[in-house]
Formats: sequence, C-alpha cells, structure tokens
Amino acid sequence: MPVAGSPRDLWRRFLQSSIAVVALIVFLTFCVLGFGAPFIAPQNPYDLAQVDILDSLLPPGSVSFTGMTYWLGTDGQGRDMLSAMLYGIRISLIVGLLSGFLALLLGTAVGLIAAYKRGWVDTVLMRIVDLQLSFPTILVALILLVILGRGVDKIIFALVVVQWAYFARTVRGVALVEGAREYVEAARGLRLGGVRILLGHILPNCLPTMLVVATMQMAAAISLEATLSFLGLGLPPTRPSLGLLIANGFDYLQSGRYWISVLPGLVLLAIIISANVLGDRMRDVLNPRL
Amino acid sequence: MTDAPPVLEVDTLCTSFMTAGGEIKALRDVSFSVSRGEILGLVGESGSGKSLTGFSINGLLSPPGEVVGGHIRLHGQDISTLSAEQMRQLRGRRIAMIFQDPMMTLNPVLRIETQMRDALRAHETLTKAEARMRALEALDEVGIPAPAERLRNYPHQLSGGMRQRVAIAIALLHKPDLIIADEPTTALDVTIQGQILALAQTLCKERGTALIWITHDLAVVAGIADRIAVMYAGRVVEIGDVDALLDDPAHPYTAGLIGSVPARGNRGTPLRQIPGRMPALTDLPPGCAFAPRCDFATAACNSPPPMVGSGRAVRCIHPLTEVAR
Amino acid sequence: MAEFIIKRILQAILVLLVMTVLVFFGVNVVGNPVYIFASSECDQPCLTKIIADLGLDKPVWEQYLVFLGNLLQGDLGNSFTHGVPTLTLILERLPATLELAFAALVIALVVGLPLGMLAGLRPHAISSRFIMGFSMVGFSLPVFWIGLIMILIFSVQLGWMPSIGRGDTIPMLGTDVSLFTLDGLHHLAMPAFTLSLIMMAMVIRLTRAGMREVMFADYIRFARANGIRERRILSVHVLKNILIPIVTVLGMEFGGVIAFAVVVESIFSWPGVGKMLIDAIGVLDRPLIVAYLIFVVFMFVVLNLLVDVLYSVLDPRVRLGGKE
Repeated sequence: MPVAGSPRDLWRRFLQSSIAVVALIVFLTFCVLGFGAPFIAPQNPYDLAQVDILDSLLPPGSVSFTGMTYWLGTDGQGRDMLSAMLYGIRISLIVGLLSGFLALLLGTAVGLIAAYKRGWVDTVLMRIVDLQLSFPTILVALILLVILGRGVDKIIFALVVVQWAYFARTVRGVALVEGAREYVEAARGLRLGGVRILLGHILPNCLPTMLVVATMQMAAAISLEATLSFLGLGLPPTRPSLGLLIANGFDYLQSGRYWISVLPGLVLLAIIISANVLGDRMRDVLNPRL
Repeated sequence: MTDAPPVLEVDTLCTSFMTAGGEIKALRDVSFSVSRGEILGLVGESGSGKSLTGFSINGLLSPPGEVVGGHIRLHGQDISTLSAEQMRQLRGRRIAMIFQDPMMTLNPVLRIETQMRDALRAHETLTKAEARMRALEALDEVGIPAPAERLRNYPHQLSGGMRQRVAIAIALLHKPDLIIADEPTTALDVTIQGQILALAQTLCKERGTALIWITHDLAVVAGIADRIAVMYAGRVVEIGDVDALLDDPAHPYTAGLIGSVPARGNRGTPLRQIPGRMPALTDLPPGCAFAPRCDFATAACNSPPPMVGSGRAVRCIHPLTEVAR
Repeated sequence: MAEFIIKRILQAILVLLVMTVLVFFGVNVVGNPVYIFASSECDQPCLTKIIADLGLDKPVWEQYLVFLGNLLQGDLGNSFTHGVPTLTLILERLPATLELAFAALVIALVVGLPLGMLAGLRPHAISSRFIMGFSMVGFSLPVFWIGLIMILIFSVQLGWMPSIGRGDTIPMLGTDVSLFTLDGLHHLAMPAFTLSLIMMAMVIRLTRAGMREVMFADYIRFARANGIRERRILSVHVLKNILIPIVTVLGMEFGGVIAFAVVVESIFSWPGVGKMLIDAIGVLDRPLIVAYLIFVVFMFVVLNLLVDVLYSVLDPRVRLGGKE
C-alpha cells in the first residue's frame, strides 16, 4: 500500500517522537553490546577456567582475587554478572531476531500464497492459521518444548511455530487489498507471471506492515523465550539467556542478593519495552492497515 | 401567523469552529423565530449549516464548535448563557430533538423500555411501573401497535419507520415546547415518510408544539411547513410563509431550488440546475456567498448583503420580488 | 439461540478431537512413546513389559483408539511421582488455579475499566497518557519479571506480603476456597495482581478505544438530547456497548492467562496445576505432563464456548437476530 512519503520523510517523522528516538538508541545499544559480547565481556562466564567459585555471590563493585572488578557482582557459581548478562543479551537477541525472521519468512510466504491463489487454498490455509491463533502462544510453546526437550534450535523452532500465523494473517490481509488494486490487474493483463507479480509488486507494498508486525513480534518473542527459560524449558543451562539468568538468581532474592536476578531483569525489560515502543512508533508513522 | 409570542427566537446566531488552523465561521447572523404550533422548515444543502443551527440551539455542539455570538431565546428567556447543567435540564424537557437515522439513534444494546425510562427519569422521579405507563401512552400516541411488546424489544427488531416513531415518542415524553427534527425522514422509505410527516403535523397542531423541520428536500417540507427558512453557506438567505415563498421566491437561490424540483407544474420541461457548488466554509467569498453562481450578481454583491424585511425577509440586494417591509 | 449453541458445541468437540490427535501423534512421532509411560529408571525387561502392557507393539492407529478410549473414560494414566491417577491430581489442584485466575480477572476488570474509561474521556490529558504508558508497560513486561519485582519490593524489602503459598482456606462448594479468609486474601493478593496485569493492559486499551468510538455515536448524542445525565450515559449507555469487544478479547486471552498462571504459580509457589506441571517437568513425570496438557486444552475449548455464549447474551443483535 502506498506509504505516505519517501523513506526520508518517514524517517524524519519517526524522529519527531523523542521517546521513539530514545527507544531506538537503547535497542541499538543492546544489539551492539550483545553481538560484541565475546569481545567486550571481561570474562567468558562459560569457560570454567575463568570462573572461581570462591568468588560467588559477591555484590556489585567487588574486586576478585585476580584484581578484576566485578562491576555487577557475581552469581551463585562465581560468574561475573556483567559478562553473563552480555552473553545473555546475545542469546536473547539472537533467538528473538532469528525466530522472528524465520516466522516472517514462513508467515509471509503462506499469507501471499493464500491471498494470491484464493479459493480453497486460501480457506484451508486460513483455517490452519485460525486454529493456531486461537491457542495461547505460551501453551503451544510449552507443549512443543516439553516434547522436544532443550536446545537452541528447539526453542527457535517453537518460537517460529508460535509466531508465523500472525504474520500469515496480516500479510494475507494486506496482500488481498493490494491484489485488488488496478496495477495488479494491469500486470495480470500483461501476462506477467504470478510469482513475479507477487514478489515484484505485492510484496514491496506489504513491507511496511511486515516491518511493524516483525518488531512487535520480536519483543513478544524475546519475552516468551525469557519466560520459557525461566521455567526451565528451551535453552540449555550452558547457554543461558537473560531469562535463565533471572531464574538462576531467583532463589537468592529472599536473602537480599538481588543483583543476580534484578539486573538481568532490568536489561530484559529495557530491550522489550524499547522494541515495543519502536513498533508502536513505526505503526504510527507508516500507518499500515493492520 | 398568530399573535402569540414566539416559542423560540434565534437572534443573529453566530457559530464557529475554533480549530488549530483558525476560526471557521460556520453560522453567520442566523435569525428566525418559531411560534406556538408552528412548523418551520429549515432548508438547505449539505454544509449549509442547518444541522449546526439545531445543535447550537439545544447546546449539543461538539467541540471545537461553539456559539460565538447572538442570542437564543426560549419563551423570551435567553438560553445561550445557561450553564451546562441548566441546558441539560432543558434538553428533552422543553427542547427535544429527533435525528436522521433511527437505527443509529437508538442504543442497540438497550431495550426500548429502558431507553424511554431513562429519558423520563432524566427530568422526573418515577417508579418503574409509572415509567412503563407513560411509555405505553407515548407509544400509543404515535400509533405503534402492540406497544407492550415493543417496549421489550431491542431497536434492531423494529422496522425503520417504527424506530423513528419510537424516537418521536421519546421526544414527546415531557411535552416539550419545541422539537428540532434533523432530517427525520431522509433515511426512510417514501411511504413511511408520508406517515411520519402526517404524524408530525397532527401532533404539532394538537399540542401546539413548535417544530423546526430540518431538511435538504424542499418537496418534503413544502407539504408540512407553515414557514420556510432557506439557508446557504451558513446564512439564512430567505424566510417567509410557505405559500408566498414557493409561489414567488425572492432570493435567486430559492428560485433555483424550486426550479430543480420535479413537480406537476413543470412536467416535460428540463429541470434547471444551479451551476457550480456551494463554497466550502474555509473558502467563503467576501460578500454574498451565492454571488459566484448567481445570474443577477453585480459588483455590489461583494459586500455582505443585509437581511431585508421582517416576517417575509430576504438577504439579497437584487431580490426577484420586493418583500413587504 | 439454541441452534447457535449447538453449532458451537459441535465445533468445540471437533477441535478437541483434533487436539487429542495432535498430542498423541506428536508424542509418538517425535520421541519413543514408551518413555512417556516409563520412568527413567526402567531397564530393558521393564521396558518390554511396558511395551506389551500398553499395547505399544500394536499399530499406531490402534494405539490411538485405545488412548482415546481411556481418555473418554477419564483415565489419563498414573503419575510416576505420586503413583495416583493423574486426573485425580489435576482435579485436586485445579481449584487453586481457578481461584487465582478468577481473582486476576476481577482485578483486571475492576482496575482496568475505570482507567480505560478515564483515558478515553480525555485522551490528551496527562493522566491519560500516563495510563496508556502504564498499559504498554504492563503489556510488555514478562509475567515472571513482574512477580519477581513484586516479591522483591513487597516481601523482601517491605515485608508486607507473604511470597509463598496459599493462605487459609474454608471448604465451599465441595472444595477449599481461600478467597474468603483474610489470610487467604493476603496470600492471594500478589500472585493475582501479577497475573492480572496482562489482562489489565488489554482492558485499558480496549476500553479506551471503545470509548473513543462509542462516545461519538449518534445514540449517545440522542441520549444527551433527551437530557439524560452524563453519569448515567457513561455507566449504562456507553458501558454496555463497550463491554462487548472487551468480553470477546478477554475470553480469547483468558486461555493464555491460565497458561501464564503456570509462571505465576511457579514464582509464588502457589499450589495449583501450573506449579504441578513445572514440578512434573523437573522430574520428567511424563504421564502427568501429558495429562496436564490435554486437560488444559479441554478447559480452553470449553472456555471459548462459554465466551461465545456470553457474547450472545451481551449483544442482543446476535441473540435475537434482526428484522431488517
């Protein structure tokens, strides 16, 4: 659908909301921190040689035996919280972004096919989508992970299963509207192949919608992954995301060692909220028909 | 018409929309009066300001609209300066309103009885049983069969004509002095329209209620009104007794309106269309708003023409007939 | 209306059937099914016996029919860790979860509706922006995080609320209810509030959107034209119209709430079915896990059905059909 304005106009409108700008900066910062974790973390918390159990449960600011400062304290195993959190951000973002991207691909493909083919193909596909959407996401993810067990690939799979249907439904909606426009009639008249029309004409106009949905879904995916990790499903303990870090620190809350849970929690919060604000703002600016 | 003092007097009413882009003058110097038992037809095309006039009178202008000048007098009392609560007490009790689309006017999730009871209790204290009696009476008066059953119904279970009758019944509950009917038959079938027209006329004559019938359809109001006021671009351009006005229109716009209505008199002759369209409120000409479309316009029409005459009046410096002074 | 309900019931049964197929075949296809029914200490002779016992040497579709047959008789297998039928366990712990979910629903409505109406009445006021911001935060925050912070603040720092377990109960309706004891409420407050936040955020958004739409409707203008007091207009004329979409969405999301109850119960050690599930996952009590999943799906479908019926009650247009 023709978006009102060139990319530069849209960008400028986006920047008009200072909250959105802050959110963007925050989110990008976390992306940089996360992906740069192997390079900037003072310690690799999953390399047992670097971790000293005698240093466990130290509050933020303590100094280790070897002179390294534990800026954010240590957890029950003596791992540096700052490092653990950086790696945690990394995993959380990777899982969230990757699953979101795959769900986008799958959902968009299904939505486009359904919209283009119409007829019984459309009905069958949309029935499946409806069935999927009528179940709460966490339940479906729970079922899948109980059956599949733990692992990075497994949780990405579960997240994709949970997310694709929403993409399919929205993309189909937009594609149907686009497909009814005159330029598509014209293209069909010129006997351009179906795939070419889909990819070359309809898809580009679906992009704004997809972008907004993707951003909000990503926030939801990160949140869901954190919840699942907290429950002990999905990611293995050797690759803890922020969710698992929070879970690990939960037992120490009562004794006042809040930093093990709360700090990763704050980071998680910041990521999710900034992603949601971005999605909201993008929706206002692009104004897609959702 | 009669010598009784007017029920409603609108005196140089000015209503504007205070928007971020500036003040949009929607109504300018609107003046007319309605007497007891009299039916005034307020005629104009969409955007002429006729509905706004109605809302200005009963205080239901939605922001950013507001009355910025003039006076409205009900039985001689100035109501334009009343507080919100005082206006609320007038609404429904002394000034009632009927809207265009009865499907949208009645609340779809409340029973008819509930809505009527609410309208009653807005101004009186009544028990449920008392309210029910009053409601039944009111439905009976507007000719609704099996009223007891209708009370239990929801709006979507009634036909369009029936819903409008219910709306009229609600309007009459407190025996108001004035009813403002905003295009009440536009959304109805022609046959139903006739019934509603007849009903309105009877009720007004019997009870002496003043009625302002707002419409864009001159033909509809010609059969029912005692007097007609023609509006154009936020101003009243002509006003007078219905027969005199229709037989002998003074304002060129009125003449154009009459000429464009198919009637027995002009069968066979091509309908005359007024060329052009009414200006948008943001783009009004400095003087007479009709001048750009008028065959008789001169340079003098670039200054705002005054309203000339009383009783029968016209806002034009080149009227087609002289109005009595 | 009867026709409507019957149609919905048939649909619900169909969905349930499909779900049993999915769960059964999902379990069978992905893992060795014998492990569903065997504990982790089982050795080869033990496994062989189980295979024979459970008829796992028979063809798959036949196994499914046995499974379904057992299901319909209420036999969902026995739990490893407790040694009793899983259904018994579930039914024992269900009231606690329902109590939690119910309390959360009430809180969400009681707090969310007025806030949403306020935000809808004055959409540009600072209070409204604040409310909307709050709802966005409530929507984004993962449930477990909220629980965490609440425990931190109210239990650890301030010591006002207990963070573990359920309070005193009194027997009611054949089961134990803690809603009516002071201690019960004390224990219920934090978990219920935590669980309510997602729903509350949704209620606020929906109410606000509904307000913006309904407040400008012609029938509200008509009500004003009749001189009806604004308070009555808001509380009856507007509210009843707004409630319809809210009920629908809440109903759809309520299943998710039951699912999220798993998290809340886990954090607050609330003795409901959710906590039972997490414990079962921890010790790999597979029959219990499977039984829980099937049961929740069943409850979920029934819930959707109830919501549809409730919707038709609220919206007379659906219930009675039109004349036009």
